[in-house]
Amino acid sequence: MAILVIAEHNNQELGAATLSTIAAALKIGNDIHVLVAGKSSQPVAESVSVCEGVTKVLHAEHEALEHATAESLTAIVVELASNYSHILAAASTFGKNFMPRIGAKLDVQPISDIISVESEDTFKRPVYAGNAIATVQSTDAIKVITVRATGFDAVATSGGSAVVESLTVDGHISQKSKFASQELTKSERPELTAAKIIISGGRGMGSGENFHMLEEIADKLGAAVGASRAAVDAGFVPNDYQVGQTGKIVAPELYIAVGISGAIQHLAGMKDSKVIVAINKDEEAPIFQVADYGLVADLFQAIPELKDAL
Amino acid sequence: MKILVTVKRVVDYNVKVRVKDDNSGVETANVKMSMNPFCEIAVEEAVRLKEKGVASEIIVASIGPAQAQETLRTALALGADKAILVKTDEEVQPLAVAKILKEIVAKESPEMVIMGKQSIDGDNNQSGQMLAALLDWPQGTFASEINVSDGKVAVTREIDGGLETLELTLPAVVTSDLRLNEPRFASLPNIMKAKRKPLEEVSSADLGVDIAPRTKTLKVEAPAQREAGIKVDSVAELVDKLKNEAKVI
Ligand SMILES: Cc1cc2nc3c(=O)[nH]c(=O)nc-3n(C[C@H](O)[C@H](O)[C@H](O)COP(=O)(O)OP(=O)(O)OC[C@H]3O[C@@H](n4cnc5c(N)ncnc54)[C@H](O)[C@@H]3O)c2cc1C
Ligand SMILES: Cc1cc2nc3c(=O)[nH]c(=O)nc-3n(C[C@H](O)[C@H](O)[C@H](O)COP(=O)(O)OP(=O)(O)OC[C@H]3O[C@@H](n4cnc5c(N)ncnc54)[C@H](O)[C@@H]3O)c2cc1C
Repeated sequence: MAILVIAEHNNQELGAATLSTIAAALKIGNDIHVLVAGKSSQPVAESVSVCEGVTKVLHAEHEALEHATAESLTAIVVELASNYSHILAAASTFGKNFMPRIGAKLDVQPISDIISVESEDTFKRPVYAGNAIATVQSTDAIKVITVRATGFDAVATSGGSAVVESLTVDGHISQKSKFASQELTKSERPELTAAKIIISGGRGMGSGENFHMLEEIADKLGAAVGASRAAVDAGFVPNDYQVGQTGKIVAPELYIAVGISGAIQHLAGMKDSKVIVAINKDEEAPIFQVADYGLVADLFQAIPELKDAL
Repeated sequence: MKILVTVKRVVDYNVKVRVKDDNSGVETANVKMSMNPFCEIAVEEAVRLKEKGVASEIIVASIGPAQAQETLRTALALGADKAILVKTDEEVQPLAVAKILKEIVAKESPEMVIMGKQSIDGDNNQSGQMLAALLDWPQGTFASEINVSDGKVAVTREIDGGLETLELTLPAVVTSDLRLNEPRFASLPNIMKAKRKPLEEVSSADLGVDIAPRTKTLKVEAPAQREAGIKVDSVAELVDKLKNEAKVI
């Protein structure tokens, strides 16, 4: 049977995490259908149709799908579900929102946040903030799965030639839940989950203004800026900067932690980075236990020096 | 308006969990257990809604072993009015959690259910969405702000790109994110008072719910450990290492 992947997008571009989700799907089977539900989302349907491994694109267009709610997406997918052995989406705030709802409607226990495919019904997933890795086997007829993007290398965005089929979804738009507004953080820098280099600040940064020092370095390196929960809670930076168990999971080539102590909840979000640098004035800080290169120093001295050295 | 809040007893967030030698799970014997932090935030939000006169009664429910009574007493001390323990020594997966809670909703008729977005042990982030689906109620997950008025609740949600606000028609399920509020500490008099508040015990069989697990945990392993690296003495040395040794800049 075919596998259904639900695409994450902003009606213009496909989200990078979906490419990793398609890669996970290809480890399970080879007939991959992708649902693109949106408004004026033709460009997304087209770019999905040429992605490596995709055999069919299901394209649902509706005014209300500009910001699709979990309720509407669930109704659309549940109607399609009996054609599929597996339903996958990225374990982002997008996928985590509606996938469990689909699971419940199908009487299926979903599997969250997989990092590897062992077989068509067995997967690995982190639990306890990544302090243990569980191998779990599903006994449900349809597997409903969210995929941790850092666990799978993205498929190529060219080379495929899938057919695009339109879906009618008028009856599936929920009236009980309506999109009201959104406030997206604008940034010229790469997205945290897609960046090759990340420089993150913690409580030690002391203020939001001081984060500009990190931004200057980020711009020199083409990096994204992240933060610990403490820095977000203190109002230094917006919520979408948070890296960790309950924020974003990242695995860049280089992660630079500045004024971050290294609590397990923070490590859960970044310890799979290839190279970790820690700058902290406390030589006992737990972040040094995972750092490839540690610099014990006052950040207010080290960061300007680093900027000049780059 | 009546509010149902769910609270889960989990390994305390400060504990560094250890995988058992036989790879059957993690060590939970003699480990400090506490209320899941997201559930504490859920309780706090309900109490604030009651203080504002929006909520009239707060019921807390937990599914778990006899010791989950302590978690419920904590919620009562924080301001909940009545507690329900669905007693079981089995592992209850989110689908079963949702089915049990659906029965409690049928009995208690709350107009809103507030849950944590995620338990810090299973890290599933599923139960709230699944309960909403079974009830056919709208859902507002990862909430950082909620405002109730005129039979609706506006939920501001923390999403990957920033914030999003949804308008849900009540009844609805809301799940809490970290910045919804900062929970209070229970005062000693309130802890004493909580001992006299009603705590009812039922079993999943009483509720007629099948809780048999759908997924099997075959094995639990420790993650690959990172080797501790080296300390550098200066920014210059750091930049040199990143350029010439790690070759990442
Ligand atoms: C349920 C739950 C979920 C959580 N989820 C997350 C999550 O997703 N992400 C997350 O990050 N946290 C999370 N946390 C919080 C986590 O436990 C820590 O509280 C948080 O990560 C600490 O942030 P920090 O390292 O910035 O602050 P602190 O622990 O206060 O550390 C600040 C560090 O800065 C250093 N410092 C101070 N001044 C300077 C200076 N001038 N120069 C150099 N170094 C300096 C200090 O030595 C210290 O090590 C969660 C907690 C809970 C309970
Ligand atoms: C290593 C490991 C191995 C496991 N093995 C098994 C196994 O073999 N079989 C098995 O059946 N289960 C097993 N479990 C348990 C299972 O994975 C989860 O604990 C369970 O599915 C609940 O998921 P969650 O707490 O992550 O739910 P989430 O969906 O993350 O919880 C969200 C919210 O729902 C509410 N909630 C959830 N559970 C309860 C509850 N019990 N009472 C009250 N409110 C609640 C809370 O408000 C919570 O904040 C295992 C767990 C771990 C960590």
